[in-house]
Amino acid sequence: MIEKDVVVKNRAGIHARPAASIVKLANKFNSDIKIEKDGDEINAKSIMGIIALAATFKTELKIIAEGDDEEAAVEALYKLFENKFEEE
Amino acid sequence: MKKITVLDLLSLDLKENDDLQLKCIAGRKGLGREITVPHIDRPGLELAGYFDNFAYQRIQIFGRGEFAFIKKIIEENNMASIEKFFTFPFPCCIFPYGATPEGFFIEQAEKAKCPILQSPLPSPEFLGRLIRVLENIFAPQQVVHGVFVEVFGIGILIKGKSWVGKSEAALELIERGHSLIADDLVEIKRARGNYLEGRGANAFFGHHMEIRGLGIINITHLFGVGSIRDSEQIQLIINLETWDPDKIYDRIGTTEMTEEILGVHVPCLIVPVKPGRNIPILIETAAKNERLKQMGYYSAREFNRNVMKWLETDSAGDSNE
Repeated sequence: MIEKDVVVKNRAGIHARPAASIVKLANKFNSDIKIEKDGDEINAKSIMGIIALAATFKTELKIIAEGDDEEAAVEALYKLFENKFEEE
Repeated sequence: MKKITVLDLLSLDLKENDDLQLKCIAGRKGLGREITVPHIDRPGLELAGYFDNFAYQRIQIFGRGEFAFIKKIIEENNMASIEKFFTFPFPCCIFPYGATPEGFFIEQAEKAKCPILQSPLPSPEFLGRLIRVLENIFAPQQVVHGVFVEVFGIGILIKGKSWVGKSEAALELIERGHSLIADDLVEIKRARGNYLEGRGANAFFGHHMEIRGLGIINITHLFGVGSIRDSEQIQLIINLETWDPDKIYDRIGTTEMTEEILGVHVPCLIVPVKPGRNIPILIETAAKNERLKQMGYYSAREFNRNVMKWLETDSAGDSNE
């Protein structure tokens, strides 16, 4: 299992479009991928779950992946967050 | 450890039969005091001057007896116990019956910054509601990934990996007249006893679904208010998984499987999914079968009993001849 902390860097927060990009990316991996906020874990392959996280600008999250491609999964998602979901 | 403040208690949005009708009559500065336990205390002994084992973490309730006693000791000018009472950091005092305590008591509360709340309800009714409300707030809870639907009166939690078709199965069930409680994130609470209650984890997104190819849809608008529910008891768990040819699935159903959530065992089924299997109909049938079981009739066991009976009689032997 691999964990990595990330911070939401785009000003609009995780609304529907960023959530869709996260899910799209997460679904490319076999690993179980979760995103944690304040102790609540949600499945990173579910759009509604990610939107319901209510992650706004500067929210601290944790990406957790477990499976055969966990390393690549966490790294790819981390990059997506760092690139501000290619929004700004 | 979960906690709420007295202000949270005052601003809870409660439905009619749980409405506490509380208002703050003194000690507003203390509304930030925290409630950390779902219990209440009647401070009769403390008012009489006995403070050993004082459960000061609890909300203090003053019924008619305690109310009359305060009045009496204040008239007798014997206020030491009230002064000492307010040195403890209990969350708040509540007076049912709409009773307002004597001026001295209020002054002490203001000085100690301790909120005094009042409710017009009679104390037995008030206590019942308050305990219900507190137990609900402090009930153990957990959020699970799945779809929660109600089918023929049975609350069914459908679980499984992404892509296995949980939402699609639920959508067809809704189309067939059953109702949706929550999609994706289901918040489960263990209410009194062994009772699991499930609802949408986020009230704001309640009753929206994400269907691949369609996007996010609003079930209330599409199917009407009759197709949704706010909460329901979880009575059956159905795990959908992709068909694994090497795995042996239950073919008879005489063994009852359960899954544990928050210490409660819920009957569960594993249903393999592959093209050509109509999952919504399987779920409907499972719901009806679960109802039969709750009524004491187990189809599979009954069938097996009949087979054994038949084997014992001569007719089985005859047919072999």
